[in-house]
Amino acid sequence: MALKGRLEDFGITQLLNLINLARKTGTLYLETGGDSAELSFREGKLIYATMAGVDSSLPAILQQAGIFNPEQVQVIRAKMASKTDREIAQTLMTGKRLQPKDVAKSVREHILGLVYQVFSWNDGSFRFEPSKLPPSGTVNASIALESVIMEGSRRLKEWERLQDELPDLDISLKFAERPTTPLRDINLSVEEWRVISFINPRNSIRQIAQFNNMGELQIRKIVYSLIQAGVVEVIRPPRPTAAASGTARAGAGQAAPVSDEMRRPAVKRGIVQKLIHRIREL
Amino acid sequence: MQTLKIVVTGPFASGKTEFIQSISEIDVVSTDRKISSDAERIKHQTTVAMDFGRITIDEELILYLFGTPGQKRFNFMWEILSEGMLGFIVLVDSTRPETFREARRILDTFRSYSPVPYIVAANKQDLEDAWPAEDLRIVLRVESSVKVVPCVATDRESVKQVLLELLYSILELMEDE
Repeated sequence: MALKGRLEDFGITQLLNLINLARKTGTLYLETGGDSAELSFREGKLIYATMAGVDSSLPAILQQAGIFNPEQVQVIRAKMASKTDREIAQTLMTGKRLQPKDVAKSVREHILGLVYQVFSWNDGSFRFEPSKLPPSGTVNASIALESVIMEGSRRLKEWERLQDELPDLDISLKFAERPTTPLRDINLSVEEWRVISFINPRNSIRQIAQFNNMGELQIRKIVYSLIQAGVVEVIRPPRPTAAASGTARAGAGQAAPVSDEMRRPAVKRGIVQKLIHRIREL
Repeated sequence: MQTLKIVVTGPFASGKTEFIQSISEIDVVSTDRKISSDAERIKHQTTVAMDFGRITIDEELILYLFGTPGQKRFNFMWEILSEGMLGFIVLVDSTRPETFREARRILDTFRSYSPVPYIVAANKQDLEDAWPAEDLRIVLRVESSVKVVPCVATDRESVKQVLLELLYSILELMEDE
C-alpha cells in the first residue's frame, strides 16, 4: 500500500519520523515545483538519496568530498565506464587509492546534503513505495534517521508550523519512558543540552526558555526537534476544575490540558457486557 | 429506562454520518445540508447539527450514537455532546493526510472534555490510498494502550467491530481497577 499525499499537509519531518518509527523499507519519492528527489530506506535507516540535476555517482561524490580532483575523476570515469559505483569503489580500494572509511564518509555526507535540502520543501507531493530499493551496484549508507530529523528540524524555518505543533508553552516535558532513539545516536547542540538540563515535570517550556534566556521561536525549535526525535514527551497537566479556573468550558477547538489517565465511565460492568452481547448480535 | 451515549467524532468528511448510519436501527437523525465553497469538492453534504443514531439493547437500555458536527463553526457543541459519554471514537479518513493534524487536535480536545476510554478508527481502509492503521497511530501520536482499528464506515460489520473494540477497552479498564 503506497503512502502518498501533499507535503503541505504532511511534512518531511513527519514522514521521516513515520519511516523511522515504523522501520520501513522502500523509497520515498518527492516532488516540489520543478525539483524531485528519491530517498531510500532499509528498516527505517536512510541508505541512499538522489535528486534531479544532482550527480550522485560515486566519482562525483568523491570529487565533491575533495578526495579526487576533476582530472582524476575524469580518468576514473574513462577507465571504469562500464562499472557500477560499488565496483568502482572496490577497484579503488583494492588499488589502495581509496580508504573504505573515506567512501563511507563521502557517501554519507552526500546523502545528508540532499536530505537537508529536501527539508525546505514545504509544498509538493510525496509517495512512498514499500520495498522499492535503489538499483544494485550503488554504494549505500546506513544512517539513523533520528539525527537527520534533529538536524533537519534545526534547519526548518517554519515558525508557523512550530507554533502550530507546540501551541502551548505552559506545558512541561519529561524524558521519554521508552526513547525511540539510542542516546548515542543523537548529536545535541549546546543550546539543546541547556534545554535538556532543565527538563523536569515541574518546569514548563516557558520557564525553561526564561532560565536559558531563549526566545519563543528558539525554544519551540529545540523542543520540537527533541519531541520529533523521541527524546522527550509532553506532559499535559490535569485539567483545572471550573472553580479553580473560573471557566467551565474550554473554547471549541482549543484543547484544555489533557490528563493521560483514563477513567472508567460510571456504568456497571454488566451493562457494558450487555452492550457487547447486543452489538455482536446485530 | 437507561440511556448510554457514545460520541463519534473526527475531522470534516471523515465518515461520521456513514458510520452511524451503518449501525443505527433508526434512520439517522441528521441535518445534512448542501454545502458550497471549497468543501464542495470533498462531499456534497455535511452535518450542520449532529447525527444521532440508536441501538436498543433491551427494554431498559438504549445506546445512542452521536456524531459531532462537521463544520468548525459548530464546534461549540462538542463539549455539550461529550457530557456523560461512555467513550468516544475518533474517525479518521485514512486517505487524507491533510486531515491528520486536525484529527489529533480533535482527539486532544475530546480527551480534555472527559477522560473516558476512546479508540481511533482508521476509516476508508477499502481504498487503495489508505494509510495503514499502524502508521496512523504514529502520525497521530496515539499511545500504545489505545487501539487504532481499521474501519470501513459504510460496512456494518466493520462498524460493529469498532464499537466492540471500544467496549472491550472499557471492560479492560474496569478489570484494571
